[in-house]
Amino acid sequence: MSELERTVTKVIVPSGMLGAGVKREHIAYGLAQGAHAIAVDAGSTDSGPSYLARGVSKMNRESIKQDLLILLQMANEAGIPVLVGTCGTCGADSSVDWTRDIAIEAARELGIGLRIACLYSEQPAAVLKRKLAQGKIRPLAPLEQATDELFDACDHIVALMGPEPYIDAVKRGANLVLGGRTTDTAVLSAVPLMRGAGVAQTWHAAKIAECGGQCTTNLRRGGVLMHVGTDQFDMEPLDPGNRCTPESVSAHLLYENSDPFLLVEPGGVLDATEAVYTQVEPRITRVVGSIWRPMPYTMKLEGARGGDYQTIMLIGIEDPEVLANLDEFHDRMHKTLVERIAATFGDEAGDFEVSLRLYGWNGTSGRPVPADTPPPRDVGVLFVVTARTQDLADRMARSCNPYFFHMPIRFDMELPSYAFPFTPAEIPRGRVYEFMLNHVVETEDGFELVRTEWVDVSSTGTVEHLETPNAQDR
Amino acid sequence: MPKIAEVCRHVRSKNAGPFWITVDFFFADDDSFARYRDAPELGPDLFARLFGTDPGSVKRVPVDALRMIKISYARPHPQGWRHERDMHGGQQFARLLSVELA
Repeated sequence: MSELERTVTKVIVPSGMLGAGVKREHIAYGLAQGAHAIAVDAGSTDSGPSYLARGVSKMNRESIKQDLLILLQMANEAGIPVLVGTCGTCGADSSVDWTRDIAIEAARELGIGLRIACLYSEQPAAVLKRKLAQGKIRPLAPLEQATDELFDACDHIVALMGPEPYIDAVKRGANLVLGGRTTDTAVLSAVPLMRGAGVAQTWHAAKIAECGGQCTTNLRRGGVLMHVGTDQFDMEPLDPGNRCTPESVSAHLLYENSDPFLLVEPGGVLDATEAVYTQVEPRITRVVGSIWRPMPYTMKLEGARGGDYQTIMLIGIEDPEVLANLDEFHDRMHKTLVERIAATFGDEAGDFEVSLRLYGWNGTSGRPVPADTPPPRDVGVLFVVTARTQDLADRMARSCNPYFFHMPIRFDMELPSYAFPFTPAEIPRGRVYEFMLNHVVETEDGFELVRTEWVDVSSTGTVEHLETPNAQDR
Repeated sequence: MPKIAEVCRHVRSKNAGPFWITVDFFFADDDSFARYRDAPELGPDLFARLFGTDPGSVKRVPVDALRMIKISYARPHPQGWRHERDMHGGQQFARLLSVELA
């Protein structure tokens, strides 16, 4: 084995999201290159606050199990660990448990033994109130400082883990690490950092690889293999027909990131300003020049809650007279419906709101349309009423029914019927969920706010919850 | 006066976390990039006017190697608020395309 092979850590990143689908031949390729671990993210805030507020996954159980069956079987044969970050979309404790139970089921079907480390990072409000009183909570723009009430208002609060609990779990013999909320990069960074790869190179490689094939020229052809050395890293697609180019790799730093060069992580900042990207082989891009600046350890907080309830209705309109006067139609309809609800419900109406969105006109933006815009051929009008209970929102929608479906554009005409596609016409949409926190908490280290639990699945399928195995000093 | 759509080969927008939207302007050629890299028309006022953001929140970083500029702004309301129309922020770029540059 050459010096380079000894000092390079290779991690298979099969996709940007557990449950998105993985191919056996892609994993086999990474294993043939001598991969030391498989690491994949399973979460994101991008689908909105509903998942964290409820503590549930966006992905189906079937999709997660399908991927785990392949990853666990192949990793078991190769004798390397699988690390999953931000289980169940939001990384709440309940999402870790949900993923753990799927993994147990998969291990039993495969007939393999599995030592699972579950990392929990959900935070009770009381812990954060104490941190707040100690001056260890800071807001991130554009939010302001937290209050005790803000923490109390959240249904779930999670702290984004760094790589330390993952490293600890792998060192203690975990074959599968299932993490709660974690930075996308930390779960990919753990094994390279554990094996002594360059710190800046590791974090930079992890940022590039976080969405799997997004950093390749064909993002539908599988994930990537990170090769992380001490002063450089290489990014290689898992598919032999796919490529990582300097542009595809460097462009990924821009993705869903408000700064194209700086990335704040637990315990430091990655600075890629001076990074140089070079095509070293037709499929492989090498990166040098990344910088890591250590900082006091912080974890970002995310919190969400369920708020008011909405009910929706939809109509289509092709009447040219309405289409020629859409803004006027919108304003008059809105006024009519608000007055109707206020008159019908009186004090019970409370703090309700009606929103009408004219798809085909300005439904996406809600902004004024330029004066010379020709009428569309067809519009869909989405009615959304927001009220404090589902029952009240449903009743408000029903009270609007005759007006929403039949309000004429002129008063001297017979009542029109706009085209509504469903009966009953009103659809209870459920709650409005809200993100509440954009703060960081200072901690002693990467472990202070994290709890680890161990589960052993034997090759005969029995499950045992363990006390911390192989207890050792960190 | 050219429009943004005429000097950029690609413009895209996306959430950068629940409280920010980031817009990437990939310019079509070196001349356009040199000319508009620091153009004041692409300043905080434009984003305040089109998106209702606090102009003080607007961050702008050119990436010379990729011939692009990234401009990020605070969402006036967090992702998923009760009147959300664009959960990913993926359509916010569209209203920029017809903005005229000097």
